[in-house]
Amino acid sequence: MRYLPLAPADRQAMLAAIGASSVEDLFVDVPEAARLTGRIRGLPDHAGELSVERQLGSLARRNMVAGEVPFFLGCGAYRHHNPASVDHLIQRGEFLTSYTPYQPEIAQGTLQALFEFQTQVARLYGCDVANASMYDGSTACWEAVVMARRVTRRGKAVLSSGLHPHYVSVCETMARFTGDVLDVALPELVAETDAERLLAAIDDETSCVVVQYPDILGRIADLAPIAERAHAKGALLIAVVTEPVALGAIRSPGEMGADIVVGEGQSLGVGLNFGGPYVGLFACQDKFVRQMPGRLCGETVDAEGKRGFVLTLSTREQHIRREKATSNICTNSGLCALAFTIHMTLLGETGLRKLAETNHFLATETAERLVEIPGVEVINDSFFNEFTLRLPKEARPVVRALADKGVLGGVSLGRLYPGAEALENGLVVAVTETVSRIDIQAFAAALEEALA
Amino acid sequence: MSMNREGRPTRPQDAEASGETFTGNRALMLEEPLIFEMGEENGTGVDFDERQEETIGHRGFEHDEDFYRDRLGGLQRRAPIGLPGLSEPQTVRHYTRLSRQNYAIDLGLFPLGSCTMKHNPRLNEKVARMPGFADIHPLQPADTVQGAYALIDMLAHWLVTLTGMHSVAMSPKAGAHGELCGLLAIRSALEARGDARAVVLVPESAHGTNPATAAFAGYRVENIPATARGRVDLEALKARLGPDVAAVMITNPNTCGLFEPEMIAISEAVHAAGALVYCDGANFNAIVGRVRPGDLGIDAMHINLHKTFSTPHGGGGPGSGPVVFSEALTPFAPLPFVEKQGDRYELIEEETAGEHHGRTFGRMTAFHGQMGMFTRAMSYILSHGADGLRQVSGDAVLNANYILRELEDVLDAPFGASGPCMHEALFSDKGFAGGLTTIDLAKGLIDEGFHPMTMYFPLVVHGAMLVEPTETESKAALDQFIGAMRSVAERAKAGDQSLKAAPIHAPRRRLDETLAARRPILVYKAPEQG
Amino acid sequence: MTIYYTREHEWISVEGDSATVGITDFAQAQLGDIVFVDVPAAGTQVTKGGEAAVVESVKAASDVYAPVSGQVSEGNAALEADPSLVNSAAETDGWFFKLTLSDNHELSGLMSAEEYKTFCDAQ
Repeated sequence: MRYLPLAPADRQAMLAAIGASSVEDLFVDVPEAARLTGRIRGLPDHAGELSVERQLGSLARRNMVAGEVPFFLGCGAYRHHNPASVDHLIQRGEFLTSYTPYQPEIAQGTLQALFEFQTQVARLYGCDVANASMYDGSTACWEAVVMARRVTRRGKAVLSSGLHPHYVSVCETMARFTGDVLDVALPELVAETDAERLLAAIDDETSCVVVQYPDILGRIADLAPIAERAHAKGALLIAVVTEPVALGAIRSPGEMGADIVVGEGQSLGVGLNFGGPYVGLFACQDKFVRQMPGRLCGETVDAEGKRGFVLTLSTREQHIRREKATSNICTNSGLCALAFTIHMTLLGETGLRKLAETNHFLATETAERLVEIPGVEVINDSFFNEFTLRLPKEARPVVRALADKGVLGGVSLGRLYPGAEALENGLVVAVTETVSRIDIQAFAAALEEALA
Repeated sequence: MSMNREGRPTRPQDAEASGETFTGNRALMLEEPLIFEMGEENGTGVDFDERQEETIGHRGFEHDEDFYRDRLGGLQRRAPIGLPGLSEPQTVRHYTRLSRQNYAIDLGLFPLGSCTMKHNPRLNEKVARMPGFADIHPLQPADTVQGAYALIDMLAHWLVTLTGMHSVAMSPKAGAHGELCGLLAIRSALEARGDARAVVLVPESAHGTNPATAAFAGYRVENIPATARGRVDLEALKARLGPDVAAVMITNPNTCGLFEPEMIAISEAVHAAGALVYCDGANFNAIVGRVRPGDLGIDAMHINLHKTFSTPHGGGGPGSGPVVFSEALTPFAPLPFVEKQGDRYELIEEETAGEHHGRTFGRMTAFHGQMGMFTRAMSYILSHGADGLRQVSGDAVLNANYILRELEDVLDAPFGASGPCMHEALFSDKGFAGGLTTIDLAKGLIDEGFHPMTMYFPLVVHGAMLVEPTETESKAALDQFIGAMRSVAERAKAGDQSLKAAPIHAPRRRLDETLAARRPILVYKAPEQG
Repeated sequence: MTIYYTREHEWISVEGDSATVGITDFAQAQLGDIVFVDVPAAGTQVTKGGEAAVVESVKAASDVYAPVSGQVSEGNAALEADPSLVNSAAETDGWFFKLTLSDNHELSGLMSAEEYKTFCDAQ
């Protein structure tokens, strides 16, 4: 078997050295009742590469590939172009098959890349520090709420109605067990975000306000007034950014007063991957650094005085504090963080701004074209690369009809908020640099037909 | 003769050199600055195509400043971000140089106990990148991703069959996340029967995530002592079980590399007391294809796809931690999950849960799990098949026992006399002289060309060293490792103080972790800002 | 002024109703380089045997318990800038916090310097 190097002669020699007559002897501690005598039935035997490729390839071919059709889905996962060198570099064996950098002397590659990553994320988000990544944006969001509880010693979090419903659902699930109280609400199909509701909801028992920027409907609102109100009441502002490319065009949440900024980094370097693996980004201001969850990479020197990097402030983590850890996280999203940082390095600020501009322009073009369809309105006054349409009828069947015609035309609010009648005509459309004008035409034509 | 004047020295010359260089490089060992130090604030390695030629007879490509500004709600970025950019050649060189400072499985044996650092097959990478898997969005309509759902279901079927359990939650993003999933399901189950309990019992030898997860799930944690033979003390456990104990978290094989022979009795005792058994599946590689955890009476177990099923460690992640459940816990499993209905696959999310999965404890993550790891694990599993997987555990255990027996004369093996180990061998630093400890052996091993084994874990053994070779090591590789370990161990027992200076050949010498923790520098600050 | 010691390696220097608390030299040597100390704020109520502070080295975080009950009057601010004081001067400048005792009788169970030394030698 191609992955198992031991030959029968090797096994004989090793068993002799051990003093056992067969491999089965080594399983003497397993009770008879639990020991399988042969291989598990009902499962096939080993297969060569050709066969595996054929089997899995046939499953792959049953899916509609985003890059092969007009594609306009977003809502927390975005299709951007990853430069060819990103994927090549992350597949270098020394990155792909290395471990968490617990032996820093032989892991400076990983550690330096993480240090650069942390710096990029902190600057992008407008914060003092960032960690070495988390599983994804949704779990990073929940960890931020938990951190706010630790910092403020209060247990009531106010979640904006513009926060991604999956992120809300994760928070609600976890809060049931931790006893945190969450103030949540459904979004409305209007141009304004729910900033007014948030301002009114913040009081002396609030630990944090969680605001997505741009929000689930693509709306962009100034976070500064919310930050001010939160701080006046001793609460923290947590900003959630699901589309980091937006920050190439709009102000960072840190600049506007956010204490903690979390989000999803998938847009850069990672690809759609049907929902995972993704990369959670987590940044905060200096005064909170010891309360931050996740791994942290820090600078130091070695015995010869050379600069080097190590994982640091580990005493917060599970393997040391055990019951008192700041979280139970063990893994970061190492390889995805690497992909993110390589893509960001290739872009640079110049490239990121250009990328953002391109996204925004194509989105405005698309919006302009779609409102020409009778009955279709854009509800947003502001948006970056994602906006919400109000269709003249329920959006979910329209999305299915479009898919039948080979157009992936956005995400219906009926899919994200099942049962919310006030939202059922809503369709969220994302437009990135990968969208061509032919795609826009095709989408518009198909949508018009589906609404006729 | 015709004189050819190309003569030059063609064998080593007799000369001395200091080893100093101008660049600080040492031939192929190259130093690399931070991207922030390269002075490329305006650089970029990405070209954007000029606006595409095809017009749609609409407003043209002109950049209308006012229009642009208005649509962003007046919140355009004004301040520079501070993100340098490099051309492609510079970028490739930067990361290639960095990569060469890393040890990796591709380079050599990686003996980290409980991490299962096996070879990562490249077929996995090819499969994961098939556009039909890599370039699909999680929220696409179900009809357009039936193949993706089918793959998730296929992997789920294999995991359930290999473990002999009833169902599996695929969404947890890593092992620790899976542990949390298991404990939350247990808590939900107990609350559903009106019997919420406050305590979780965890062996002293457990990995730190176990008590951390239990605390995160709202439980008070108490330790279960171990016997002199390194196993759970069944009598002590039975004495402690009671109406306040919700669950017991067991690792089997345990963190000392030993199988818990009384596991069935443990599960029976726990169930009799009205509690549930959580099994940490980090060590599944020892028993895959030979033992089904379901036959041992467990209720929930997370599986680390990045350990047993070869998905790459990637310098720290991403992982994937599906959790198999017993029948008792299945109703409480989290959303979303894939279900076959007739000849179609459906994704059971919040809206569809109500019909037949109303007691789910909720959602743990956005979207549905680590698809990129599912495809890789599936490629690995199909490649091995039932026969191959059985061989995996056999060879993994054989390799670990070989190392144990070949080294136990020179390194203290606390449980060496109590029978065979499983897939990992445990040693301690007993007998080291001159004030040397495990860390000195580990750093000496780096100079020998190996990543150290797991150190100081489990906590129950002084100076613990946990060695897990895995099944993808040849006998020659094992023999070389054994030779290196023997050499460094003998130096440690002789009190060889030069080990305190190790490693001397690595890209960096020992690093000052005290300084890093006292004066944390977590982001780059240019000298004038510092 | 009398100095007492606990089995958890804290020392307490008492004068009347006021006391200063820290960890012993033996303890700091066991912990290794101290990187961070979390001292209680003035006004905090502590109970005998309860957690009062946390001391962190690179690889471990240890709880420091209050030898007696009382109210904290001051946490040692110097430790924030220089946690290494705990290593270099554990029983002097590396003190953790001062407090006002609520019950002097609680001192009776604590060890003298000699008793503590015997206790450590037996470890």
